[in-house]
Amino acid sequence: MKRLPLSFALLAFFVYLALSVSIRQAVLFLVGIGMGAALAGARFGFTTGWRQLLEQRDPRGVTGQLVLLALASVLCLPLLSQYSELTAALGPPSVSLLLGAFVFGLTMQIADGCGSGTLYKAGLGIPLNMGILPLFAFGSFLGSVHVGDWLKLGQLEPIGLVSVFGGTQALLITLAGLVVAGLLVRAWVGPGRTWWDRKWLVGAVALAVLAALNLVIAGQPWGVVYGFGLWAAKLVNAAGLFDSTANAFWSQAGNAQRLTESVLMDITSITNIGILGGALWISAKATTAAQPLTTQQWVVGLVAGFLMGYSSRLAFGCNIGAMLSGISTGSVHGWIWVPLALMGTMIGIKVRRHYQF
Amino acid sequence: MTKATNTKLSLAFWSVLVLFLVWDTFVSAPIDLRNEPPLIAAGSGKASVGGHCAIAK
Repeated sequence: MKRLPLSFALLAFFVYLALSVSIRQAVLFLVGIGMGAALAGARFGFTTGWRQLLEQRDPRGVTGQLVLLALASVLCLPLLSQYSELTAALGPPSVSLLLGAFVFGLTMQIADGCGSGTLYKAGLGIPLNMGILPLFAFGSFLGSVHVGDWLKLGQLEPIGLVSVFGGTQALLITLAGLVVAGLLVRAWVGPGRTWWDRKWLVGAVALAVLAALNLVIAGQPWGVVYGFGLWAAKLVNAAGLFDSTANAFWSQAGNAQRLTESVLMDITSITNIGILGGALWISAKATTAAQPLTTQQWVVGLVAGFLMGYSSRLAFGCNIGAMLSGISTGSVHGWIWVPLALMGTMIGIKVRRHYQF
Repeated sequence: MTKATNTKLSLAFWSVLVLFLVWDTFVSAPIDLRNEPPLIAAGSGKASVGGHCAIAK
């Protein structure tokens, strides 16, 4: 599709949202378009960055991610300490988190895309990611149905650095943690490596600003997974296959209300649609050559996508909701998520090689 | 996968998404425009009540 008619279609949807839903949702749609354009334009793939680090000892992608985390923390943590209306991405440290993050890190390598990666690659028109997206949604829904049972295996109350230490100390602790992560990366890759790549840095700056805008406008950090779970829940509920009133997660007042409302009123749904639109806009001028897959690779990829959706709910977010939003808003669960997902990624890369992706 | 197949798959993907959004608009409760959330949550005095993947409930 050409960019001009696509721009008109996106503009028309923006106007529809402003007139028929709310101006906030319309503006969040624009933020989502920016996120999609930044992710797709810079090919800011969290999954690829981790794989390049582990397989080739190439730190450029992970450096971009560390810059993104640092910038987003610098922007978001002071805002959280200043405005009581804003909420952090606080997930409970739990057995569910440990298992979910590990499985997510494993499956995202097979599916070649995390939450945001699957979204922007689907928007770019990459066949496997387009196929994965609905399965990711149903996996996310099933994970939300079961998350109450997983939490019974053991959990702590969510820990927010801002509420424990205050904004300034939370920022210093977060930046110190990121420096330590950078030093660990340096120790792994060794000397003589290229650390910076313009593409990754431009993506990092754009995404950090957009993540902060998401927080300021919506009052909550950027998330991806909740919206998809909601979409699948609405379909399953409408088909009469699920009694939401009997489920611990979906019977909660807020979730039960969102099941009755239009998804256009949901914050993560609207930024997800924007990301797809932004990536589609980029695809109008970008060449997206996808490697043809065998039937076995399709099956393995789709199963991985479903498990990725399921595990993202157990992990209280994906690379965006748990890692980026968790760490940049001072949630301890984000710091637990990263090493577990990295361990999963180590195995995921081997599985990926085995199936010759 | 040929370019034509890829284009058909993209068309199917976007069609399903649009159909879902249209279906959802019809089956969901009408949107109360008088109860619009603040344009900017920060400083509005209204706490965010949206769903997020990090929240356990």
